[in-house]
Amino acid sequence: MPSLSLLIWLPIIAGLALFLLQKHPQLARKLALVVALVGVIISFIVYGQYDPQIVGMQLQEKLPWIPYFNIYYAVGIDGIALPLIILTSISTCLVVIASFWAIQKNVASYLAIFLMMNGFICGVFAATDAVLFYVFWEAMLIPMFLLIGIWGGENRIYATLKFFLYTFFGSIVMLLALLYLYWVSDSAQISDFYDLGLTANTQMWLFIAFLLAFAVKIPMFPVHTWLPDAHVEAPTGGSVILAAVMLKIGAYGFLRFSLPITPLAGAQLADLMIVLSLIAVVYIGIVAIMQKDLKKLIAYSSIAHMGFATLGIFMVFPLLEQGQDLATAVLAVEGAMIQLVSHGFISAALFFCVGVLYERMHTRKITDFGGVANVMPVFAGFFMLFSLANVGLPGTSGFVGELFVILSAIKVHFLVALFAGLTLILSPAYTLWMYKRTLFGTVVNKEVEHLTDITCGERLIFAVLAVLVIGLGVWPAPLIDLMHPTVVHLLTPLS
Amino acid sequence: MTTLYALSLITVAAPLLASLVTGLFGKSIGTVVSHRIAVTGVGLAFFLSVVLLGIVLQQQISMHEISLYAWAVSGITFEVGFLIDPLTVLMMVVVTFVSLMVHIYTIGYMHDDPGYTRFFSYISLFTFAMLMLVMANNFLQLFFGWEAVGVVSYLLIGFWFKRETAIFANLKAFLVNRVGDLGFLLGIALVFMLFDTLNYQEVFAKLSTTDLKLTVSLWPGMDVSAITLMCILLFVGAMGKSAQIPLHVWLPDSMEGPTPISALIHAATMVTAGVFMVARLSPLFELSDVARSFVVIIGALTALMMGLVGIVQNDIKRVIAYSTLSQLGYMVVAVGVSAYSVGMFHLMTHAFFKALLFLAAGSVIMALHHQQDLRHMGGLKAYLPITCVTAWIGALALCGIPPFSGFYSKDILIEAVHFAAIPGAGFAYYALLAGVFVTALYTFRLIFLTFHGKARWSHQKGHAVHEPGWVVTLPLILLAIPSAVIAWFTVEPMLFAANGYFKQSITIDTAHDVIGQIAYHYPGAFGFALHAVVTKPFWLAVAGIATAYLCYVRFPKVPARLAREFSVVQRVLVNKYGFDEFYQWFFAKGTRNLSLWFWSVVDIRIIDKSLVGGVVHAWGASARLLRHLQSGYLNHYAFAMILGLLGLLSFWLWG
Repeated sequence: MPSLSLLIWLPIIAGLALFLLQKHPQLARKLALVVALVGVIISFIVYGQYDPQIVGMQLQEKLPWIPYFNIYYAVGIDGIALPLIILTSISTCLVVIASFWAIQKNVASYLAIFLMMNGFICGVFAATDAVLFYVFWEAMLIPMFLLIGIWGGENRIYATLKFFLYTFFGSIVMLLALLYLYWVSDSAQISDFYDLGLTANTQMWLFIAFLLAFAVKIPMFPVHTWLPDAHVEAPTGGSVILAAVMLKIGAYGFLRFSLPITPLAGAQLADLMIVLSLIAVVYIGIVAIMQKDLKKLIAYSSIAHMGFATLGIFMVFPLLEQGQDLATAVLAVEGAMIQLVSHGFISAALFFCVGVLYERMHTRKITDFGGVANVMPVFAGFFMLFSLANVGLPGTSGFVGELFVILSAIKVHFLVALFAGLTLILSPAYTLWMYKRTLFGTVVNKEVEHLTDITCGERLIFAVLAVLVIGLGVWPAPLIDLMHPTVVHLLTPLS
Repeated sequence: MTTLYALSLITVAAPLLASLVTGLFGKSIGTVVSHRIAVTGVGLAFFLSVVLLGIVLQQQISMHEISLYAWAVSGITFEVGFLIDPLTVLMMVVVTFVSLMVHIYTIGYMHDDPGYTRFFSYISLFTFAMLMLVMANNFLQLFFGWEAVGVVSYLLIGFWFKRETAIFANLKAFLVNRVGDLGFLLGIALVFMLFDTLNYQEVFAKLSTTDLKLTVSLWPGMDVSAITLMCILLFVGAMGKSAQIPLHVWLPDSMEGPTPISALIHAATMVTAGVFMVARLSPLFELSDVARSFVVIIGALTALMMGLVGIVQNDIKRVIAYSTLSQLGYMVVAVGVSAYSVGMFHLMTHAFFKALLFLAAGSVIMALHHQQDLRHMGGLKAYLPITCVTAWIGALALCGIPPFSGFYSKDILIEAVHFAAIPGAGFAYYALLAGVFVTALYTFRLIFLTFHGKARWSHQKGHAVHEPGWVVTLPLILLAIPSAVIAWFTVEPMLFAANGYFKQSITIDTAHDVIGQIAYHYPGAFGFALHAVVTKPFWLAVAGIATAYLCYVRFPKVPARLAREFSVVQRVLVNKYGFDEFYQWFFAKGTRNLSLWFWSVVDIRIIDKSLVGGVVHAWGASARLLRHLQSGYLNHYAFAMILGLLGLLSFWLWG
């Protein structure tokens, strides 16, 4: 069974079919739910088929696409891509479930867009051919533009334009880099880009080109300002996918392209990358504190948390340079990967929480709330759990990645660990202060007084995410075992 | 040994299960079933802890490691496991006993609270977390317990989440604790860096082969000893949790929580975790004189300065809170002068008498319908006889009057500091001596103002002031017994016996073994009590009580006059040395302003308006320019194509 192709094309085809069901929203929802659930099942089948002990791409499929130019439809996965694919299909499934009550207008198109986006993103993670990768990379943006542009809030045009400009510049330079690599290696296979013996100078240009593309996606300081605006305008489901999955693609790109293709440049620029990551953690953490809009606050929180991912990835260079400490470098990258998956679940949960409030009150301003816990106790409990996970409480998934990164950071330099560690103070400062103003206190107004607690469907979504967040927090071993050989294989040539 | 495995696993699991059941299904199973489940869970944990203590004593176990599961393997193994040794089981018994008492007491104290089952869920969860903390066999599990008790403390301080003061206090507590935790986590990272493992036993075993002169670069050109830095950072964690200056500010505010948790979390157990941690890591702290000096000075400052603030507080719970701060300072000084066993000993006696005092205060508060102000109490001994007697026992123990338990722990503690040669010990000795007077003064100020003198409260119609039910008085009595006598039985085996109680669970370098010096001329429990009448601490305590008696019973006008005469001192103490104001202004307000500035200037003005806006502007301008290219005339396009082809051709020819 071509599982990976099924994972990519089933939702895309189903999404196209959904456009025909404009008049039948209920049928569209059911069909979308079935497809999303099948997607989750297939991703777990893939998990079962994948053997973590074997390094290199598995479940490969290769068909000639443009044989004249040596371009193939080639997909495959390794221990880095697989966790992100599972994350994608779970997130999509939750968004589809939420659409049963959250979306009333244009349901079929809304679901179609999400299913197609799911397929494209799986394509990005699974593509082993650079041209295919680039096609999926660009394709996945279209649904997101449509989502914000059509279902977005008041400022959606500005947000979409900003989003488009940032990602467009990033994509263009990446395309140039990919074309150059294709021209040099005479192959579009990404793995053929790895051993080209590029000079340090060439690597530097390529590194910067990739950096522009990936840094925008993550996003890293100073190219981060599109994200808060995009989140604010996007509907709940859009924010969930954006935060849970799309941001991860940048970090994935660093691991798939920058590290193996341009290691010399990476080593040269590692200090800069580490500083930018620390700015994300500290500066963005401080900026998050005073945000007035719930979604903006969580968006800034996302950027700060993604700082840990980039920090973990780029600490590899000083770690391998100083003491040839491969084990710690592996720990750092695995910390980054766990942070990606964990932040996927936590940010999804937090955006769902904001969605619950927004659907009931049609506002996201923190000052419009207060005392919500009095009328929505179950919701308050879930929100507290996810807030604590965002704060990196041990026993939740939010802790594991940050711990691994801080443990490795101290071997780079004490100051790196100290600045990264400031998240311990900053993340509760913005998260729990927001929680306090929103949920604690006395009921502030009539609207809050008449709020109703979360429904069974909402409980289901939160329960699934709670299990994932706690499960990954107390037993991340399966995830680590899944990627360990791949990460070791990735980092060994660098040392 | 599978029995130990099963026993310790059930001990931890029972309160966790109880917490989950009461937390998730509390609404449907009702209040009575909920509290029965919670009490049973903690009762079982207490019973098994005692059984474990028995096994440890009987089989002379000095160290037994149990591993449950590895939660991650990457380079090193991250594990969940237990270390069963005398230090652990002592803490287990203390924690579960006080927790059990508080569980029973809560049935009375919270009986008409709408959050009844939630409260039981939280305190059971706390018991679980605290057990994970004390039973850990590695640094990360210690950190897990450390953070988990912190979170439960956060949830419980803000238990009445409608109160603005409560939700201010709990956020403050969380943030201040996180400052300490940052130090703690960096300390753990340094352990990882130096030893490549996070298991206690493996770290301790590697100490003999590790190069102790290793340095860490704090700043280019500024290298410090790695071991010293590690110990100080770990202790910063202790400063947060055990509320030492300057991270003490959260503990007085934590009194916003319900009184049972003030007794359990903010007096008897969680706040002593820092002391326990230093004792647990004694092999590391023994290696750094600088770190221990730091510990001693911080502890001594806290002990004296916080005790002084206790004298001017009018809220009954805040007086006890400042007393707790001060007593924690005593324990910290003890572990700082390598008298780890004495620190633990004082931790144990303090757990009993301070929990007792808090619960007695809660009984008073209940009787007076949530009146907490000492100025509106008085003369309650006739109405609350059991509370009064038990509070007296707690107070005498706190002041260190022989033969109450606090006498032994405090007197030996001060003696140990007297013998210590570490820099800072001289200062600490006098600070602690002065602290004895201060302790007696504020304690008996509280006792006299509450139970004696004229009643300064008014009867409310239909609300007789009377002793609460047995669920409240029973824990008081059960806590009063050990507060009075426990030290009498335990002082010799725990501190001075030849093959002492703690065995290998505490490591002391013979060069600064102050306990050994005291043991040399220790006359036995009875002799020690008799000997007290010729020592300074005893007479200082008596003087403190006498002063309290004169000021608050005989001449009640004196304190107000003193306050006028020494208004500067009074103002400093009432303002708590200005820590709160400074932190509020510098950290809280400063960070908010910085946040606004970063956001509005850097993010919006520089990045968005100038950079992105500039690009958009340029984009628009270039679009207008490029528009001329799209002229729509075929000859223009053909010309462009030819130009392009020429360009490509020349590239191939010369390239």
